[in-house]
Amino acid sequence: MTGQLVTGHIVAAGGADIAREATFWILAIVATAAGLGMVLSRRAVHCAVLLAVVMLSLAVLYALQGAPFLAFVQVIVYTGAVLMLFLFVLMIVGISSADSVVETIRGQRLWAGVAGIGLLVLLTLVVGHAAIGKAPPASASFGSSNMTGIATLLFTKYVFAFEVTSALLITAALGAMVLAHQERLSPKPTQRRLSRERIGGGHPTPLPGPGTYARHNAVDMPARLPDGSTSALSVSEVLTGPADAPDDAQPGDPAALPGETAPADAVPADAVPADTVPANSAMSSQEDA
Amino acid sequence: MVSPAHFVALSVILFVIGGVGVLVRRNALVVFMCVELMLNAANLAFVAFARMHGALDGQVIAFFVMVVAAAEVVVGLAILTSIFRARRSASVDDASLMKY
Repeated sequence: MTGQLVTGHIVAAGGADIAREATFWILAIVATAAGLGMVLSRRAVHCAVLLAVVMLSLAVLYALQGAPFLAFVQVIVYTGAVLMLFLFVLMIVGISSADSVVETIRGQRLWAGVAGIGLLVLLTLVVGHAAIGKAPPASASFGSSNMTGIATLLFTKYVFAFEVTSALLITAALGAMVLAHQERLSPKPTQRRLSRERIGGGHPTPLPGPGTYARHNAVDMPARLPDGSTSALSVSEVLTGPADAPDDAQPGDPAALPGETAPADAVPADAVPADTVPANSAMSSQEDA
Repeated sequence: MVSPAHFVALSVILFVIGGVGVLVRRNALVVFMCVELMLNAANLAFVAFARMHGALDGQVIAFFVMVVAAAEVVVGLAILTSIFRARRSASVDDASLMKY
């Protein structure tokens, strides 16, 4: 029935409306598929990328509905800022972090699926009962003056909420700083100490670059030593993942976190605090032997 | 012309997908992403209703939802980072100290 209505509409409508229909259906399928893939894919990075797909298609859908300002805010704030924040935290937590497939609560997935179907039925019934009318012809406030209209509403009718929002943002920034702050447990290494560790650590020269004499020179490709073996020192430990991090590291030890050593990528690995130096020197002595 | 009902239906589907993801996934980061998906679905419904009524109030509300979501993500990810520092794990199962 709806199909006949829709086709009748398409026949009656002009080319612009057909383009709108096509855009909506393509983006609806893409967004739903990406959302499903986000729930189903095991690796967190894939989830983040699929979420970006959903958000970008939603931005186009906003633009389709006469909300160009929200479309741009969606791209800039959500895809640009929020998702990048997700990816940064993902780098700290570990790029290779994957969900375990073991159910910790018995029957949890089954009941989650049942609850999801129940929610879908409930919401479908609610939406089906609601009288969702047709969209009126685009008024002036949905055209080029969309931004002016939103600004007028924001600074007249919703000005108090707007001011409260600023308090919320300041509180959130302060809270994030307090929560993410970390006390320095060991004294800041001086240049003298760093140079001593570098000379005494058994590897005073710069670390070998990745990919030397290997098949290709990607950053995750370990260099080949003259005897044909691979050099573990040539690949940054950020790329090898936290699974290779030593398990005997103390929890809360700042030097043991992979995120702490991430910025040290450009710096020689010997420059990290003293706790990690024994591991490096052990590796280099193995290679020297 | 695509009616607002189509957009509301899509937003219902995305909301349910996000809700199931929150229930099923164990990684706290992915749970956060699913919450974001639910907020986005609600925004889509707001924009659809704004177009249906021919008023811009729904768009302003969607804008506020985006601001609150951004603040929520900042604080939530900071909590997640500090939990990861203490426990070296981002799984929601491991933060179960209050359970026993």
